[in-house]
Amino acid sequence: MAKTVLDFERPIVELEKKIDEMKTVMQDLEISDEIDALEAKIEELRRSVYSNLTRWQKVQLARHPDRPYTLDYLGKVFTDFTELHGDRHFGDDKAIVGGFAQLEGRTVMVIGHQKGRDTKSNLYRNFGMANPEGYRKALRMMKLAAKFGKPVITLIDTPGAYPGLEAEERGQAEAIARNLFEMAQLPVPIVVVIIGEGASGGALGIGVGDRILMLENTWYSVIAPESCSSILWRSWEFKEQAAEALRLTAPDLLEQGIIDRIVPEPMGGAHRNPSEAAMLLKTVLVEEITQLSKMKPEPLVKQRIRKFSAMGKVSE
Amino acid sequence: MAWFKRSNSSITPSASKREVPDGSWVKCESCGEMMHLKQLQAACYTCIHCDASFRINSREYFSFLLDQGSFSEHDRKMRSTDPLKFTDTKRYADRIKATIDKTEMYDAVRTGMGKIDGRQVSVAMMDFGFIGGSMGSVVGEKISRAIDRAIKNRCALIIISMSGGARMMEGAFSLMQMAKTSARLSQLHAAGLPYISLMLDPTTGGVTASFAMLGDFNIAEPKALIGFAGPRVIKQTIGRDLPEGFQRAEFLLEKGFLDLIVPRKEMHKTISKILRMLDE
Ligand SMILES: [Zn+2]
Repeated sequence: MAKTVLDFERPIVELEKKIDEMKTVMQDLEISDEIDALEAKIEELRRSVYSNLTRWQKVQLARHPDRPYTLDYLGKVFTDFTELHGDRHFGDDKAIVGGFAQLEGRTVMVIGHQKGRDTKSNLYRNFGMANPEGYRKALRMMKLAAKFGKPVITLIDTPGAYPGLEAEERGQAEAIARNLFEMAQLPVPIVVVIIGEGASGGALGIGVGDRILMLENTWYSVIAPESCSSILWRSWEFKEQAAEALRLTAPDLLEQGIIDRIVPEPMGGAHRNPSEAAMLLKTVLVEEITQLSKMKPEPLVKQRIRKFSAMGKVSE
Repeated sequence: MAWFKRSNSSITPSASKREVPDGSWVKCESCGEMMHLKQLQAACYTCIHCDASFRINSREYFSFLLDQGSFSEHDRKMRSTDPLKFTDTKRYADRIKATIDKTEMYDAVRTGMGKIDGRQVSVAMMDFGFIGGSMGSVVGEKISRAIDRAIKNRCALIIISMSGGARMMEGAFSLMQMAKTSARLSQLHAAGLPYISLMLDPTTGGVTASFAMLGDFNIAEPKALIGFAGPRVIKQTIGRDLPEGFQRAEFLLEKGFLDLIVPRKEMHKTISKILRMLDE
């Protein structure tokens, strides 16, 4: 059962608790009909709650502290993960992890943001906010993958690139820009998956690829709704409106032609059943990597640049 | 409209309107001295008393950077479609319309072909007066086409940045312009053509984190504020004041992210010299 319960999850969680209580006394009493009825009710409630989430509620699901993170997927979707460390210049950023792993017998490079689950691990991971050396480490690993002709899979889950003093000193902007430039030309397939939060340049810094996917309950935009609210409304209070205005959910981005595909999550979100979420992701990744691996480097790169060139809407 | 840069501000340079009492006399807000508009223009829009750089628009910048009469503009009327039908306290569509009326620009960048001492260049300059010089779909597309023109004409590309970053009102579309412009620059690079990135005060956010930092030559004007996160956000994050000169051009040069800091009056000469040396 989830440790953290969001407001809109509460009625469902309470019904579930009730069923659990009833089940413990079931041996003695004839109440299985009642339980069946309750379970049907939960199912209905789930369907109505999760098919009517507002954009802000989806942002909350994307940030759910029980949601699977990159290392969880690395344990469930892939095998033989061998973590590699460091950017070879400054240090090893713990907010981005990566290394070779196997996806159904095929060696791939997996790189992703990593958040922590409690205060201690969040401090260690810097809340999934990378410094320049994180982006440089990611690029180093991508080039390693390219050297050996292995596809790259990136998993995005960040509230943004770290806006700190040292990050500026070490060139946060240059690090992100360099990744965009280099990823555009990387001669191996790149599949990008938003697994949680996709905030701005910090997300895009490992987000240029041939296929861009979003898990069902994630968001991806130019700015977080709270920051958008504070700038445009001059108050932190308009985050719901900002989330609506930014149109930042997976269906929104599919409609905008920015992502290629939505990866389904278990009913109620990936945190309700991480193993099932991993299996759903695995199926999609195997499909995509198999498809892309048929392409030669040159047409692959050309198609990737054409894909990003088509993004945007103008009138002349 | 011209904008003045407060060069003595420690953290956030806020632009204030240049005072033009009778249309031909201007006051420098850095030193308070007056000068004639003609004197200001002759000094490449820097104060003749204290050297402070005025915040100027693309027409004014091209007037001393490019050979006279050499500039031909492309895609001038390309404008935003408001793809998200975005509304905050104002409708984005209204904001665009009002800004077009005010600035006589259709979006935040002017692009085209020009010459520097007879050498052809593809040039783009952002206009801070248009929604903070922010990058949405139009800026991304026009910059991309400027890159293509450099490739097609086998000439150098110059992008002059002055921007608060990606434009919020176009959501993820704006974010993707970072990837789009950077990807196109990788094609210019593959074609072996030079790219000069000139950063003015201020250049921040998604513009710095894409094409502005990718120059073969990264050049800035003295004291220009250049960074990823804005100073206010950083101050909030770390909970203390920022050191003097933080995120200024001199700081970036010291940290290794700029090739040159060039005073505005030397800009034409310096860029011309680089182009000549690459040619000979
Ligand atoms: Zn002055």
